Parts: sequence; structure tokens; C-alpha cells
Amino acid sequence: MHIFANPRRFLEVTRPLTPWLGWGGALCVAIGLGAGLFLTPPDYLQGQSVRIMYVHVPTAWLGMAGWVGLAVASLMQLVWRHPLAGVAARAIAVPGALFTAICLVTGSVWGRPTWGTWWEWDGRLTSMLILLFLYIAYIALAGASAGKGEGSRVAAIFGLVGAVNIPIIHYSVLWWRTLHQGQSITLKGSTIDGSILWPLPIALVGFSLLFAAIVLMRMRTLLAIARVEARLKRLADA
Amino acid sequence: MNHWPFILAAYGVTVGGTAALALWSHVAMRRAEAAADALRGRREERP
Repeated sequence: MHIFANPRRFLEVTRPLTPWLGWGGALCVAIGLGAGLFLTPPDYLQGQSVRIMYVHVPTAWLGMAGWVGLAVASLMQLVWRHPLAGVAARAIAVPGALFTAICLVTGSVWGRPTWGTWWEWDGRLTSMLILLFLYIAYIALAGASAGKGEGSRVAAIFGLVGAVNIPIIHYSVLWWRTLHQGQSITLKGSTIDGSILWPLPIALVGFSLLFAAIVLMRMRTLLAIARVEARLKRLADA
Repeated sequence: MNHWPFILAAYGVTVGGTAALALWSHVAMRRAEAAADALRGRREERP
């Protein structure tokens, strides 16, 4: 990991990697969503609306995984002062917020025909909404403190503290049994029938690769902006 | 209730949102890297 702390080495690796991640992700998403729309049978209880699972579940996982990545990058920024760690955390925030928002919207769209309501203040939905607010607050904080040493440390501390919400989201369906169903997929297996489940991992891999490609593109943007600012400063000083 | 309008809305929001962010990130990256390369060229031109 420390090898990639050098921005020049990081760019050497990520420049050829970014299109592979992006196009590979787009291909997997197309296969996963195409299969989810046209090849899988309707659920015996939910009917056709089960197909929303193929977009809702990957975005929910990536919204949560995004904050875990943001918290790890924040920890590395605070402890090891990696020059790229703060850049990585800032780059994760926007796609993480978008995927969390998409998770909330698709869940709401699924809830209307299935539960008969667009929204319910239950533990899982409310903790996911809090995650979206945390992302928005982080983006505002990181944007306001970009390039300022102490300010970016405040954003990193916020990134670490916000990680408290992740186990709350995960265990919310166990702690508060309300409208949202319990875990369908665990390390021990799945309660979803194989004929419906199989496109989900393909879609999950696809969205994950796309998420990674977006994060790398945003990191490269932030690094390029930093290079421009540094060069302008050198030109002004010369 | 017909579920298909809900399904298409969910897929539209997901695919549209992801594609829009990917495109925006790509355009922003190309612009920022082009600006950085242009400044490097300018520095090299200086005596």
C-alpha cells in the first residue's frame, strides 16, 4: 500500500487501469441488469418488483462500502500522513453519496408496490438516510478545507467518526424489527432462490468496478488540480 | 398493480445517475490533466 503513496507511481498504475475498470464494469452491469430484467422469473410473493433488487442491493452495498473506504483512507491520512489518502477519501465521497441516494430512491420505488408506501421511518431506511447526510456533510467539510492542513484533518476525523453509522445500518434489521425485511444474504448462504439470485453478483461486480473507475478518475482530477495550483504558485514566485 | 413502471423508474435512475457521474468524472479528469500538461509545457518553454 505504501508503494502507491507516491502520486507519480499511483498515476503510472491507474492511467491504464481506469478504462479497464470502467468498461469492464459497464459490461458486467449490462449483463447483470439485462439478465435481471429479461431472464429471471418473477418472485412468488413480490412478483415483478423483485427485479429492482438488482439495482437496489449493489447501490446499498456500495454506499456502505464507500464510507468504509472513506474511513480507512481517513485513518491512513491521520496516522501515516499518506499524500494520497486524503485525496482518496475526497474522491470516494461523491460516488458514495450518489449510490446511497440511488439506494434510497430505488428502495422507495420498490416499497410503493410492495409495502404500499414510499417511505417508512424504520431503522434501516433512517440509518441509510443518515449515511446520505453524512456524505453530504463530508463533501461540504472536505471542500471547504481542501489544501488546508488542519482543516483536512477535521474532515478525516469526521470520516472516521461517521463510520459508527455503518454497523448501525448493518444490524438495524436485527435490532429493530419493523418494515424492512431481515438479511437475505449472509456468509452462510442466501434465502433467495438461485433462479432469481444469479444475476445479482454479476451486477454487484459491475457496479463495484464502475465505482472504482469513478473514484480513480476523481483522484486523478484532484491530483491534476493540485499540480496546476503548485505550478501556478511556482510561476508566480519565479 | 402493474410493477413495470416502478421497475423502469428504478433502473432509469440507477443507470442514468451512474452514467452521468462517470461521464462528468471523465470530462473533469481530462480537463484537469490537460490544464496540468499545458502548464508543464509552459514551464519548459521558460529559459
